[in-house]
Amino acid sequence: MTGTPAVVPANGAVLSVADLRVSIGGREIVRGVSFDVRPGQTLGIVGESGSGKSMTVLAATGLLDAPGARVTGSSLITGTDGGAPTQLIGAAERTLRRVHGDRVGFVFQDPSTSLNPVLTLERQISESLETHRGMTRRAARTRALDLLTAVGIPDPERRLDGYPHQLSGGQRQRVMIAIALACDPTLLIADEPTTALDVTTQAQIVELVRALQQERGTAVVWISHDLGLIGQVADDVTVLRQGEAVEQQPVLGVFDAPRHAYTRQLLDARPLLGQSAPPPADASGAALLTVESLDVRFAVTGPTGRSVVHAVDDVSFTVRRGRTLGVVGESGSGKSTIAGALTGLVRPRAGAARLDGEDLLAGRGASGRRLRRRVAMVFQDPFSSLNGRSTIGTSIAEPLRVHRLTASGAAERARIAELLELVDLSGDYVDRYPHELSGGQRQRVSIARALALEPDLVILDESTASLDVSIQARVLELLLRLQAELGLTYLFIAHDLGVVQRMSHDVLVLRGGRTVEHRPAADLFADPREEYTRALLDAVPPVRPRAAQAG
Amino acid sequence: MTAGSIARFLGRRVAHSAVVLLGVMVVVFALVQLVPGDPVRIALGTRYTQEAYDALRAASGLDRPLLEQFLSYVGNALTGDLGVSFRTGEAVAGTLLERLPATVSLALVGVVIALVVALPAGIWSGLHEGRVSDAVVRVVSQAGVSVPDFWLGMLLITVVASGLGWLPSSGYVPIAEDPVQWARRVALPALTVGLVAAAIMTRYVRTAVLEVSHAGYVRTARSKGLPASVVTGRHVVRNALIPILTITGIQLATILGGVIVVEVVFAWPGLGRLTYDAVAARDYPLIQGAVLLMAVMFLLVNLVVDALYSVVDPRIRLS
Repeated sequence: MTGTPAVVPANGAVLSVADLRVSIGGREIVRGVSFDVRPGQTLGIVGESGSGKSMTVLAATGLLDAPGARVTGSSLITGTDGGAPTQLIGAAERTLRRVHGDRVGFVFQDPSTSLNPVLTLERQISESLETHRGMTRRAARTRALDLLTAVGIPDPERRLDGYPHQLSGGQRQRVMIAIALACDPTLLIADEPTTALDVTTQAQIVELVRALQQERGTAVVWISHDLGLIGQVADDVTVLRQGEAVEQQPVLGVFDAPRHAYTRQLLDARPLLGQSAPPPADASGAALLTVESLDVRFAVTGPTGRSVVHAVDDVSFTVRRGRTLGVVGESGSGKSTIAGALTGLVRPRAGAARLDGEDLLAGRGASGRRLRRRVAMVFQDPFSSLNGRSTIGTSIAEPLRVHRLTASGAAERARIAELLELVDLSGDYVDRYPHELSGGQRQRVSIARALALEPDLVILDESTASLDVSIQARVLELLLRLQAELGLTYLFIAHDLGVVQRMSHDVLVLRGGRTVEHRPAADLFADPREEYTRALLDAVPPVRPRAAQAG
Repeated sequence: MTAGSIARFLGRRVAHSAVVLLGVMVVVFALVQLVPGDPVRIALGTRYTQEAYDALRAASGLDRPLLEQFLSYVGNALTGDLGVSFRTGEAVAGTLLERLPATVSLALVGVVIALVVALPAGIWSGLHEGRVSDAVVRVVSQAGVSVPDFWLGMLLITVVASGLGWLPSSGYVPIAEDPVQWARRVALPALTVGLVAAAIMTRYVRTAVLEVSHAGYVRTARSKGLPASVVTGRHVVRNALIPILTITGIQLATILGGVIVVEVVFAWPGLGRLTYDAVAARDYPLIQGAVLLMAVMFLLVNLVVDALYSVVDPRIRLS
C-alpha cells in the first residue's frame, strides 16, 4: 500500500510551513504562522471562528480559493521518487495539481456538500486514481472497492454504483476519507471533519482516521474549534488566534501547562461533563408544562412520491416552574420538532400539551395568542434569526407591538432599554443592525426579544450551538442568571451533553422520535440506565487528552 | 431499478400534464363565453341576417347548454376536431397543422443556435468571474437582451441577404421538399430568435455555473488534483445542467408559441402570425385551436425537460 520512498524537507517534517502570511484586500488574516507536521503524527490546529485556521492550512497546501488573496512564506511538502521537496507557496497550477490528491488528501467539514451529488461513489473515488496513478477504470474500480471496505461502508460492492444522497452523514464522511486516501498520500488534511456530525458518529470517524493512520503511516493535520476533540486526535497542537499561532507544543503540554492566557481561556470555557450543574431548583413545585403522548408525523413529498416521517412518537414529559428540562438527542431525534409543536409551528397528529393546565395546542384566536405569549423561543442561528434590515430596537419592539404591550413610544423605548440591559447590552444597540454585531451579541438580542413578552417558558433550541466556546460560556452564564432573577422555566434543547449538564435539572433523552430516558439530571449523568444514553456519554471527548490516558 | 423509477416519475408527470391540459381546455372554452359581443354576429359581419345567424349558431353548437357544449368541445378536441374557422371556413386543425412545421423548424434551429452561443459564453464567464472576459460577456449579453428582435432581423436581412447576397431574405420551404433550401431559408430567422434567446440564456448559464463553482464538491474535485477540464466538465457543468435545462425549455416553448415580429419580418408562415391574424379577425375557433396547440406544445416541452432532469440528476431518478 505504501508508495515510493519519500524525500523529506531538511527538518524531517512531512509538511514544513514557515512564516505563512495571507492578506486579502490589504488586511492580513494569517500573520506569520509556522508549523511542522511530523511523519505519521497528527498536528491539531485549534481556534475559534475568525482565527484563520482553515485559511492557514488551505493556503499552506495551495488550495485556497479566495480571489485577490496574497499568500507569502514557505510551505514545503515531502517529495516522492527521490525528488526534492516541493514548495507549495506560489507554485504553478500544474505543480499543485500533481501534489493534490496524490501527496495530500483532503477531508472537509460538511459531508452533505463536499461530495458530488450527480456522480457515483466509484467515479468520485476512482478519478484521482486515474489521474495520479494512471490506472484503468477497471483497476481503479477494484481499488475503490478496497477503499470503501477499508473505511467501513456496509455492502461496499453495491454502494460503488450508488450516489451520496443514499448515504447518512457519517457514511458520506467515510467516503470522503476514502477519496482523500485513494492515492496513499503522505499527508491528510482534515478540516473540521466531524463538526457537522453527531457525537457518536464523530467518535467513529475519529477511530477510523486513527486506525487508517496507523496502518498507512499517514501524517494528519486536524483542524477543529473543539479543544476536547483535538485532545483526542492530536500529538502536537497549534492554537491560532486572529491569524497568529499563540501556542505550539505537544498535546499534553497544552492541556497540562498552557503557556498562553488564551489557551487557558479556551480550556476553561469547555463545557465539560461532570464539572458543573445548575443551581438547585424546587423539584416539587407546580408543573408549568405538561406534554402527553405527543405524536408528530411529516408527509415528505419527493419527486416520485410521498412518505411519512414519524418525527415524534409518543413523547411525554413535565417541566416544573423555575426548572430546566434538557432535551438531548442526535439529528433526527425529534427534539426540534417538539419545540415546533409547542410554539405552533408544527401541527401534532395526536397528544396534548398544557401550560398551567390550559391547552397549548388547540389555542386559536385571542385566547390562543394570550397563551402563546407565555412561551418564547430562541433559535440556533443568530445570523438568520434576526431580520438583517431591521434595527435591534425594531426587532425587540416587534413582539411588544404585535401583542400591544406598551402604551406609548416612550414606554416602548424604556422597555427595550430595560430588556437590553437584562442581557448585558448597552442602550445604544437600539439603532444598530444585526450585521454590526458579533454572534454572541446577536444571540443576546434574540434572548432579549424572547423575554420581551415576559414569558413563563423559554424554549432554547440549540441556542448556543453555533457560538464559540468562550462566548457560549458567557451566554450560558447569562441564561442561568436570568432564570434566577426572573424565575424562568427553560426547555433546553441541545446535542452537547456538557452544556446540557451545565444547564439542566432534568434530562429527556430522545432517539428516533422516542423517549430513551427521562430522569433528574444528576441521576442520569451519574448512572445512565439505557445503553444509548451510555453510548452518548461515552462519545463525548473526555477532559484529559488521549495521550494522558495512554501514558 | 432505474428504468422502473424513471417510468414512474414520467407517469406522474404525464398525469399531471393531463390535468393541466383539462384546465387549459376550460379556459379556452370559456374564452368564447366571456368575450364581450356575440361571436356569431361578429363572424357574420355584413352578411348578417336572422336566418344566417340562427344557422351558424346551430352549426357551431352555440345554442346548446353550456356543459353539453364543453363536453362535445373536449370530445372533438381529443379526436383532432377543433372546429371550423369563422373566416375561411376551413378546419382549424388542418390550418394549424399546416403552420406547425415552419414554427417547429424555427424554434428548434433557434434554440440550437442559442445553446451553441450561450453554453460556452456562460460557462466561460461563470468560471472567470470578475475578469475582463466575464465583463465582456456580461455587457454583450445585456446588450443582446436589450436589442429588439425585429431590429436584429432587419439588420441581418440588410447585411447578409441584401448586402452580401448570401442567403434569401424571406419565405419558407418545407424540409421534405428541399432540405438545402429549407436550411438557407430558416438560417436568418433562426439566427434572429436564437441570438435573442442566447443573450437571455447566457446570463442563466453564467449564474448557474457561478453558483456551482463555489460548491463544496467542486473544492473536493480540485483537492483531488484533477485536470481543469475534468473539474469543469464533470463537476461544474454537470451540476449546473438542471437550471440550464429549465431555461432552455422555457425559451423553446416561447419560440414555439410564436414570434410574431420575426415571422412578419421574414415572411415566415408560423403560428405567431396565424394567431395574430385570428385575433384581429376575432376568429374564435382558430384562436381557441391555436391557444390549445400552444398549451400542448408547452406541456410536451416540459415533459421532455422533466425526463432530462431525471437523466441528469440521480436524486430525482432514485428517490
